[in-house]
Amino acid sequence: MAIIPATWDMYDLIQGFLQAPAYHLIFEALLMVLIAKLFFSKSYKPEKIRLSEKEKEVLVKEWKPEPLAPDVPDDHPALQAMEKYCVDGAVGKTVNINGKDCINMATLDFLGFIGNKEIEEEAIKALNKYGVGSCGPRGFYGTMDVHLDLEDRLAQFMQTEEAILYSYGFVTIASAIPAYSKRGDILFADEGIGFAAQKGCVASRSTVKWFRHNDMEHLEELLKEQEVEDKKNPKKAKVTRKFFVIEGIYANYGDICPLPAIMELKRKYKVRIFLEESMSFGVLGATGRGVTEHFGVSIDDVEMVVASLENSMASIGGFCCGTKFIIDHQRLSGMGYCFSASQPPMVAVAASKAMELMQNNPVMLVKLRENCERVHKAIKDIEGVEVRGSPLSPVIHLQLSEPAADRDLDMKTLLMVQDKAISQGVAITPARYLDNEEHLLPQPSIRLSVSSQLSEEEIDKSMDIIKAVFRSVLSGNTAGHGGGGDSAEAHS
Amino acid sequence: MATGRGETRTSTVENTKMSNGQPRNYTNGHKNGHTNGYKNGTNGKTNGKSEKGGRWQDDFEEYFEETPYHIAILTYLGYALMVFIGHVRDFLRYYGIEQDKSCTESNQEGFSPLLVSWESFYTRNMYRHARDCWNRPICSAPGSTFDVMERVSHDHNWNLEMTGKTLKVMNFGSYNYLGFAENKELCGRDVQRVTEKYGVGTCASRQELGYLDIHRELDSLVADFLGTEAAITVPMGFATNSMNMPALVSKGCLILSDELNHASLILGSRLTGALIRVYKHNDMKDLEHKLRDAVCEGQPRTHRPWKKILIVVEGVYSMEGSLARLPEIVSLKKKYKAYLYLDEAHSVGAMGPHGRGVVDHFGLDPHDVDIMMGTFTKSFGACGGYIAGSKRLIRHLRANSHSAIYSCSMSPPVTQQIISTMSCIMGRTNPQEGRRRIQQLKWNTRYFRKGLHERGFIIYGNKDSPVVPLLIYMPSKIALFSRECLKRGLGTVVAGFPATPIIEARARFCLSASHNKEMLDKALDIVEEVGELLQIKYSRQPVPRWTSEALEPSPE
Ligand SMILES: Cc1ncc(COP(=O)(O)O)c(C=O)c1O
Repeated sequence: MAIIPATWDMYDLIQGFLQAPAYHLIFEALLMVLIAKLFFSKSYKPEKIRLSEKEKEVLVKEWKPEPLAPDVPDDHPALQAMEKYCVDGAVGKTVNINGKDCINMATLDFLGFIGNKEIEEEAIKALNKYGVGSCGPRGFYGTMDVHLDLEDRLAQFMQTEEAILYSYGFVTIASAIPAYSKRGDILFADEGIGFAAQKGCVASRSTVKWFRHNDMEHLEELLKEQEVEDKKNPKKAKVTRKFFVIEGIYANYGDICPLPAIMELKRKYKVRIFLEESMSFGVLGATGRGVTEHFGVSIDDVEMVVASLENSMASIGGFCCGTKFIIDHQRLSGMGYCFSASQPPMVAVAASKAMELMQNNPVMLVKLRENCERVHKAIKDIEGVEVRGSPLSPVIHLQLSEPAADRDLDMKTLLMVQDKAISQGVAITPARYLDNEEHLLPQPSIRLSVSSQLSEEEIDKSMDIIKAVFRSVLSGNTAGHGGGGDSAEAHS
Repeated sequence: MATGRGETRTSTVENTKMSNGQPRNYTNGHKNGHTNGYKNGTNGKTNGKSEKGGRWQDDFEEYFEETPYHIAILTYLGYALMVFIGHVRDFLRYYGIEQDKSCTESNQEGFSPLLVSWESFYTRNMYRHARDCWNRPICSAPGSTFDVMERVSHDHNWNLEMTGKTLKVMNFGSYNYLGFAENKELCGRDVQRVTEKYGVGTCASRQELGYLDIHRELDSLVADFLGTEAAITVPMGFATNSMNMPALVSKGCLILSDELNHASLILGSRLTGALIRVYKHNDMKDLEHKLRDAVCEGQPRTHRPWKKILIVVEGVYSMEGSLARLPEIVSLKKKYKAYLYLDEAHSVGAMGPHGRGVVDHFGLDPHDVDIMMGTFTKSFGACGGYIAGSKRLIRHLRANSHSAIYSCSMSPPVTQQIISTMSCIMGRTNPQEGRRRIQQLKWNTRYFRKGLHERGFIIYGNKDSPVVPLLIYMPSKIALFSRECLKRGLGTVVAGFPATPIIEARARFCLSASHNKEMLDKALDIVEEVGELLQIKYSRQPVPRWTSEALEPSPE
C-alpha cells in the first residue's frame, strides 16, 4: 500500500537544490562550513555530566512515576450518566430506561431510522450474505460491493464526483483534515467546531487561526492579517495552503453557519473549504443535502463536505465527498481509511437503505422541520433558561441564563433536570464535554434533539414536562443555592 | 543491566554460532542482517539452556534472513529506474507528447496547489502500475474462500472497470484468524435477534444515552476473557488507540514506541502531547538503554523527572509477523517503573492456548500489562476495539476518554457478534469449538510456514505467528506475484514501499482456522509455481530446525 509520509516534501527540497544557480550553492556550502566550525568550537557548552552506573541505579530506584490514571470516584457524573441510564432495547423514538419508557429527545436520530423495520430487514439480509466483520482494510480485500454502492449513492445524492467512506464518524473529519493540511499550512477554524474537527486540526500540525464563532468580521480581520503576512513572503505564501474549517449546523450551539458570506471570503482570499455537515446532512435543504442546498450554494464550490452517518442515517461511519481529484487523494493518505478495517457490510447496507428511504420520502424532512419549529416555539419562555439554536436545527441547547461561577454547580442543576424529566417520561441529556480538552468549552446545557417521528401531541407533552421540570428545579435552586445535591439524590 | 546481562546474552549467541559450525544470519530485532547488539532468539533451543529467567525462549523462534546483496542492489536499481522513467514521462506529459490522464484540480487559479508534488508523482508513475493489486472488491463474506470481482483496465491502469464476472479464490488475505467471518450457525441467529431488537445504530455517545445493556455485557465479558478487572469497548480499533491514548499520558510524559508500531498508535501518541522516542523493533537493549537514559536524565532542557513513561508495543506485528518479546519487556517495565501499552490487534484470539493473545502465549499474568488493547476486527470477525486493565484505569477512561464522550457507541449487532464469538472461544457455548479453532490455526500456521521454508522462500517472523510475510523485494515483481496468484485461485496481499522499507517489498499471507490441509497444500503449490516463475526463492539459509520436528496430523 502506498501511504506517503509528509517527509516527502524532501523531494521538493531536492528539486529546489537542483535548480539553484552554482554561485548560490557555493555560498551556501561555505556558510555551512562556517556554521559547523562555530558549532564544534563552542566552549561554553556545558560539559555533559557522566553518571556512574551506581548513581544511575540510585536514580532508577528513586524515580517515582505518577499513577497511570487518576482515581475517579464512583459517583463521578460521567460514570453516573452511563450506569444510571443504561438503556435496554433500541434507542428509538422511545427508550426504555430502567424499565420506564420515555419519549426520546436526547439522541441524534433525526429521521427516526432506529427501529425501522425495512432497514433492519436489509441489514439482516446483508448479515446472512456477508457475515458481520469485513476482516480487512479497504486496500486488503475489505472493499465489498456494498461499500462501493454506498459510495456511489452518496456521491450521486450529494451531486459530487466522488465520495469516500470511513468506518467511524469521529475519525472521518479527524483523518480528512490532515490528509491535505500539513505543517506550515493554515487552518481558519471556527471556535465552535466539534471535537473531532479540533483533533483533526491538531493532528495536521498546521497553524490554526481561530475566529469567533460565526463572526465573519473577525474572520475577515484574520484573513487580512494573513494577506499582509503573505505580501512579506510571497514565495512562502504561494505554497501555503489555507482552509476554512466550519460546520453546517454547529453541534455545540445549534446554529447555522453563514455559508454565503464564507463563500465570498473564500473567493476573495483564495481559501479552500472543509465543511462538516454531521448535524445538517439529512436535515437541511429540500432533499436533505445539507447547508449547501439550504443556501442554494453550488456544492462544486465547496472543496470537501464531510458528514457522519451516525446521526440522521442512524448507522455507523462517515463520508467525505467532493471532486475525484480531491477525494481520491484520501484513499492513499486518509489515516483512518487506510489503516483500519472497513465498515461492517451490514452497517453500510443499513446506511444505504436509510438514504434510499430519505430520498423516496422527502416529506420526512418537512415533518422534521415542522417539529423543530414546534419545539422552538414551545420552549421559548422558560424563565431562567436561554434557548440556543436556529429554529431549523434539530439540536437545541437549553442553557441557564444566569450561569453560576462554578460550572459544576450548573451541571448539577442540569442533571437534576434530566433526572426529573426521565422520571416523568421524557429522556433528555446534558451535552457532554471534556472540560480540559475543548478549545472553547461551551456553557453547560441540556441538548434537546428533535425527531421527525414525534407527533405533535408527543412534542407538546414533552415540552410541558421539560418546562415544568426546569421551573421546579430552578425555583428550588434559587431558594437554596447549593442545596442542589440533596434534591438530586431525592430524585434518583 | 546493560553490562552484566547483555554480555552473557551476546556471548550465548556467539557460542551458538560456533557449535553450529555455520554462520547465522537470522538476526532478531532487525533485518538486513544488521546486528544491533542483540542477537538473542535466533535459535531458541540453545539459548534457552543458558537463560535463567524462564523457559519462554525454548519456544521462541523468529527469522529475519538477510537480504541477499545482489537482490538489494537490483531492487534499488529497479526503483531508480522507475523514478527516472517517471520523470521522463512526466516531462513528455508536460509537453503534451504523452496524454496525461491523471486528474487535476479545475479552476483554482490563485490557490496554492492542494497536493504535494511528490505524492502525485508517486501515485501517477509508480502506484498506478500495480493499482489492481489493492482495493480488490469482493462480493461475499471474507471466509476461507471469497468472490473477487474481476476488474480490467483499458488504459494502463488509469481506470479500472468491473467486468461483472467474479472469481472464487482462496482467501489468504483477510484477518479472519479464527474463521468467524463466516459463521451463520454459531452466531448468525443471535446477531439477527439483536438487530431486530436494537436496530443497527445508536445515534448517541455512551454518556448521552447511547449506553445499552449489551454494551455493559460486552465490557464485562471482555474483562472476564482477558482476566483483567475491567474493560471498555470502542466501535473502531483505530479509534481505540487514537482516542484513548491522550487520556493516559500528556505533556511531561515520555512514550517509548517500537519503530514498527501501527499508524493508529503513532497518531494516538502524537495527540497526547508527550515526547515520543522510538526504539528499534523488538530490540530490548535499545529499549533498556532509552529507558535508563530517560529515568536518569529526565526531561530535556529542564531535567525534571518524567511524570510517566509509557512503553507502547504490539503483540504480533502485522507486516513482520514478529512477536513482542513480552517477558523481557515486562521485566524492563517493572525495573524502570514504566507503564506498558500492549496492542493485541493481531494476536488476541489468534495466539495463546486459550486465545487470549500474546500474554497467554507467553504464560504471563495479565496484570503485568497495564493497558491491554486489542481489536475485534480480526479474530472475532466483527469491528471495534477494547482497552482492558485495572478498575481504576477503566473508570478513568469511561469518564474521561474521547471515545466515551464524543463519538457514537458500538453498533448492537456488532456487539452481539463479539459476545457470541468470545463466548465460543471461552468455551461457554459450544464447549469444544473454540479450542478446536485455536488448535487448527496453530497447526495451519506451523504447516504453512514449514512448507514455505522448505520451498526456499524467505519468510519473516515468529514460527507461531499467523501473519506470514514472504519477501519479494523487487518492485516489479510485487504486482506480478499478486496477479499470478489470483489467476491461479489464491487471494493474497502484497505491500511495498512506503508501507515497508524500500527494498523489502513482500507478500503477506494471513492464515485462518477455516483453512483446511487441502487448501494449504493447494496454496503452497500455487506459491511454489509462481515462485518458480518469478524466481523469488531467495533463501540461502538452511531450513530452520523446528520444521524437522514431526507435526502431528491436522486436528480437523
Ligand atoms: C496493531 C493495530 N492496531 C489497530 C488496528 C486498527 O484496528 P481496526 O481495523 O479495528 O480499526 C490495526 C489494524 O490494522 C492494527 O494492526
